[in-house]
Order: sequence, then C-alpha cells, then structure tokens
Amino acid sequence: MSVEQHIKLPEGSIEKTTTTLNLGPTHPATHGVFQNILELDGERIVSAEQTVGYIHRAFEKLAERRPLYQITTLTDRLNYCSSPINNMGWHLTCEKLLGVKTPKRVDYLRVIIMELARISDHLICNSVVGVDSGAFTGFLYVMQYRELIYEIYEEVCGSRLTTNMGRIGGFERNFTNAAFEKLEKFMAEYPAVLREFENLFTRNRIFMERTIGAGPIAAERALNYGFTGPNLRAAGVDYDVRVHSPYSSYEDFQFEIPVGSTGDCYDRFLVRNGEMWQSLKIIEQAYRKVQEFKGAEAEIYHADAPSYYLPEKKDVYTKMEALIWHFKIVMGETEIPPGEVYQSVEGGNGEVGYYLISDGGRTPYRLHFRRPCFIYYQAYSELTKGSMLSDAIITMSSLNLIAGEMDA
Amino acid sequence: MSIKIYYRVTEFNSVMALTNETIKERLKAKFTDQVSNFEEPYGLLTFEVPKDLNLKVMQFLFDDEELRFKFLTDLCAVHYPGQEGREIAVVYHLHNLTDNIRLRFKVFTPIAQPDVFTATQLYSTANWMERETFDFYGVNFVGHPNLKRILNVDEMTYFPLRKEYPLEDQTRIDKDDAMFGRGPGGVVSPIDVKVGPSVAGQAGPLNTADHGGPTSQDTRAGQGGDEVKPQ
Repeated sequence: MSVEQHIKLPEGSIEKTTTTLNLGPTHPATHGVFQNILELDGERIVSAEQTVGYIHRAFEKLAERRPLYQITTLTDRLNYCSSPINNMGWHLTCEKLLGVKTPKRVDYLRVIIMELARISDHLICNSVVGVDSGAFTGFLYVMQYRELIYEIYEEVCGSRLTTNMGRIGGFERNFTNAAFEKLEKFMAEYPAVLREFENLFTRNRIFMERTIGAGPIAAERALNYGFTGPNLRAAGVDYDVRVHSPYSSYEDFQFEIPVGSTGDCYDRFLVRNGEMWQSLKIIEQAYRKVQEFKGAEAEIYHADAPSYYLPEKKDVYTKMEALIWHFKIVMGETEIPPGEVYQSVEGGNGEVGYYLISDGGRTPYRLHFRRPCFIYYQAYSELTKGSMLSDAIITMSSLNLIAGEMDA
Repeated sequence: MSIKIYYRVTEFNSVMALTNETIKERLKAKFTDQVSNFEEPYGLLTFEVPKDLNLKVMQFLFDDEELRFKFLTDLCAVHYPGQEGREIAVVYHLHNLTDNIRLRFKVFTPIAQPDVFTATQLYSTANWMERETFDFYGVNFVGHPNLKRILNVDEMTYFPLRKEYPLEDQTRIDKDDAMFGRGPGGVVSPIDVKVGPSVAGQAGPLNTADHGGPTSQDTRAGQGGDEVKPQ
C-alpha cells in the first residue's frame, strides 16, 4: 500500500522535539480572549508567544469622535471588573483639563466607589486563582458579596457591570439611603467572609505549594517591564498612584500598602488580599467622613460647573438658564481649553493612565489609554520560561489579565 | 515569611529634591539647544527632542544620578497632518519613582519615512507599546525585535489611527449598506481611500458603479464597473 501524504507538514516538524500547544483564545483558564502559543518540552515551557487583540474595539479612534461626556462608556469597558475606577479616572482627567474642582463630599463618595471596585476586582482575581488551582468553593463564598457591591453600584448609577458612573464634576444623583444601607451591610458582613476566604487559602498547604515559586519576577525586571499595581507590589516595590499622585482626596485617608518580596503567585495573592483589607479600612474612613456632612452640605454631589455638568432635568424644563446650559453642553458649545493632560489612577491592575490632547473642539484630538494589563502581559513569556504548564496557568490567572484592558 | 521591601519609593522627598527647573537645566546643559519647546502643561514638564537623539536623551535620564527616570510609563503617537515634515509625534512619558516626578518628551518624524529608534534595549516595556504605535500609526521603530501588528489583524494594509481614515473600516465588503442607512448617494462621504488592490475593483459606496442595495453580495474582485440598473 502506498502512503499518500495529504497533509503538508511544516518544515522541521518531524525532527522537532518540542510540542506546540495552543492555549487558544477560548479556553476555560484564560479569563478573557487572548492566546498563547506555547512550546513545551514535555511539561516544561520553552517559549510562549502571546497574541492579543481579539477584543480590540478601537476605543482610541472612537474617542476622537465623541464628546468628553460620551467617552465614559468606553472607559467602562477597559477593565470591566472594576469599571467605576476607570470612569472616575476619566472624569478626573477631564476635570484636570477643564479646571473643575470637585467638593470634598464628591471626592469621598468617589473614594468609596473606587475602593468597592478595587475589592470587587481583587475578589475575582483571588477567587479565580483558587478556581484555577482546583478550589472552587472560595469563589462561591465571595461572589455573594460581589453581588452586594453590584447592588450598591445599581443604587448609584443604575448599572451593575459597565457602570458609566458619575459625570465630569461629580455624580449624576446623590447617593440614596438604600445605597448607604447596602454599604453599611457590606461593611458589617464582608470582613467575616474575607476572613473565611483567607482561612481557605492563605495557609492551605496545597495552595501554597501550587503558588509559591510560580511565575516569580525580580523587582528590577518588573520595573523595566512597566509593571504597576499589585503585580509590582508583589515584587517588592511599593509604588501606588494613590500615594504618589493623590487624587480625589486620597491624601486624607490612612492606609498601608501591602508589599511582597518574590513576585510569585503567592505574593500576588497575598498582596491582593491585603489590599482588600486596606480598601475596607479606606471605605470605613470615607463613610465616616461622608456622614459628617450635615444639612445642605449633605446634598452636594457635584461641582459647581454649569459649563460641564448637565443641569437637573426638572430645571431644564422650567428655567431658562438651565435650558441654555443643557443645550450648550449637549451640542458641544462649551469652552474646552486646548492642551494636553496626563492623569492616572490606581486601577485594580495598576496605573491606568489617560493621555488626552484637546484642540479646543468638543471631541478629543487624541486620547490614549495607558492600560496596565497590556503592558505587563508582555512579561508573561519571561515569567513562565522553564516552568511547568500548570504553573503557567496559575501565573496567568494571578496576573489578573483582563482582556478588555489589554486590547481597548 | 519576612517581607523585605526592595524599593521603598513611598519615602520620596516631596519637599525639595528634583524640580522641573533642575531637570530642564540639566537637559539644556547636556544637550544645549537640541532639546527645545519646554512647556509645563498642567505641571508636567514637556519638551521636544530631535528624533535621532531620543535614545541618548532617555539613556541620560535613566543613568544620571540625580535624574533617575527609570520607569517608562507610556509611549504613544499623535498624528498632526498639517505640520509638514513633522506629522507624527511619538510621545514618551517617563517617571522618576524615587523623587516622584514625571516628564513627557516628544519626537517628531515625517510621515513619509517615520523611523524612530526603538527603546526596547533600555525599557522592556517599550516592546508592545511600540508595536501598538506601529499598528496604529505606522511608525517604524528601528531595531525593534518583533515589529508587527499587535491589536489589529495582520492582513490590514493601512494604519487606522491616522487622521485621514474615517472611524469606520472602508475595506469591509460583508456589510450590507442598505441596512446601515446608506443608499445611492450614501451618507458616507467619498474619501479617496487607497486601501489595497482587493477592494479597488469592487462595487461599494465609494465606487460610483454601485447604486446601493445588496449588490455587494455578488461582487467579485476586479469586476468593478458593472452597471446596476436601479429598480
């Protein structure tokens, strides 16, 4: 029998001693759509080639066609696990450009929301590291409280995941009593849950052996790769945008920055865990500060910036000035000063930066998002070189790679 | 396990230490008038560097004992179609973590030959940042280890974030224009977009042969110019 070769094998594929494995864009362990082509020698990874861009939605091009207040919806969809942080970062960028100063109560409310978003993001990451190492239960314990965070968002802005929260200058409405009640419930019940979650993982022998030594990175390499956020802090560098370039009155709060030493998965887990405790501390302080505003001050939820902040709908229908402002803002006839501004916030994954160039028109001339996930995913091949496949999976989930932020 | 902090950057001395003025003077001392256009929009020192010197400036900022800009925050490009010979600006944002000071510098390059030296030798993070800049603007980073598209499909033949391209991809042939509110005479403004031979021959809103409707389904490359009688 003659053997007809119907399949054209690539060059050198018979002599090749490594296996090519496509950790393809759709895979239960890749949390998002991105691809890794791994060369394996048995179970050890020789090299990894990443492909991103499966969820590229051309935000930077879209942003050149939208007025400033319409870009908030794009920012939601960057790191969609903590979208309020991206929203607030965008509002801060616009406020810096436009010279709008927000009152303290707005700042404190923003801090509460941003820290809730940070807890939400870290919860996903840490529980999913558990899921990827085979421990599903922790994920379910904490998801109930993530639901509560979503309910708080819903009270504030109406949406749960892609929040489009706030306006340039503040919030669209005051926080309702229901929002504060849910927040109090969260603050009361969540610490016990987090402690229970810690008990499941932090000193769990199997979890420690899975994660210690998986995907370590030295501090100098991390800095050179542009790491920021928990991944950098796990490597031993205590850089946090909230401390270095305080925004939204973060300088009024007392909190610590948890720092690791080896930058491996266990350190990243612990850093995120520690940050959740610190976020709770910040939320409690912010809540107390918000409660101290009484009377008319407790009704302030936005800056006094009529050129940029849409007036109340009931005023638009009854008052002439409000109608004119509404018209001018929506039709884009308010003064947007030309200039360039770079503003960054501490997102769930690190420094989320907005580089905005305005030419005086109603839409940005150029908007560039500095996306931490995109920047640190480059290091993945270095992190996993020589490690086993299972370590590579754990490294990927502990890096907290969110496809939306990678691709924009 | 003891926690050792390798880089304690939160003890930056925010009172004195490095200021924008000092950085500007040091740069002017080292590079004389080659660094120019110093500005401080919103407090961030911004200046311009000729494109052949971008690596030298970055290396100086990195190595210098006082300046210590060892963190590349961001690298992106901006397209200014009006400026002859300086259409594309590559913008670098650097950060000195220990003194907590940032700066931004720009390198202008003509669009006809947008070659800029790569920063990957100095900052590993520039690898993908430059790929993204190449993908969007076509800036050729000389010396880059793997300069290919990163976010867009590899088959794309043009650089979409340049100002001459509209928001919507004009090379799509699978879209039924009637469904998007475009008919004969179309809402899409006729832009002279040369986007490759595969599209030039096809009927579409940019080719006058098309009179709208679902004719794009039965076009084949090279058969443009078929007269379609309106119903």
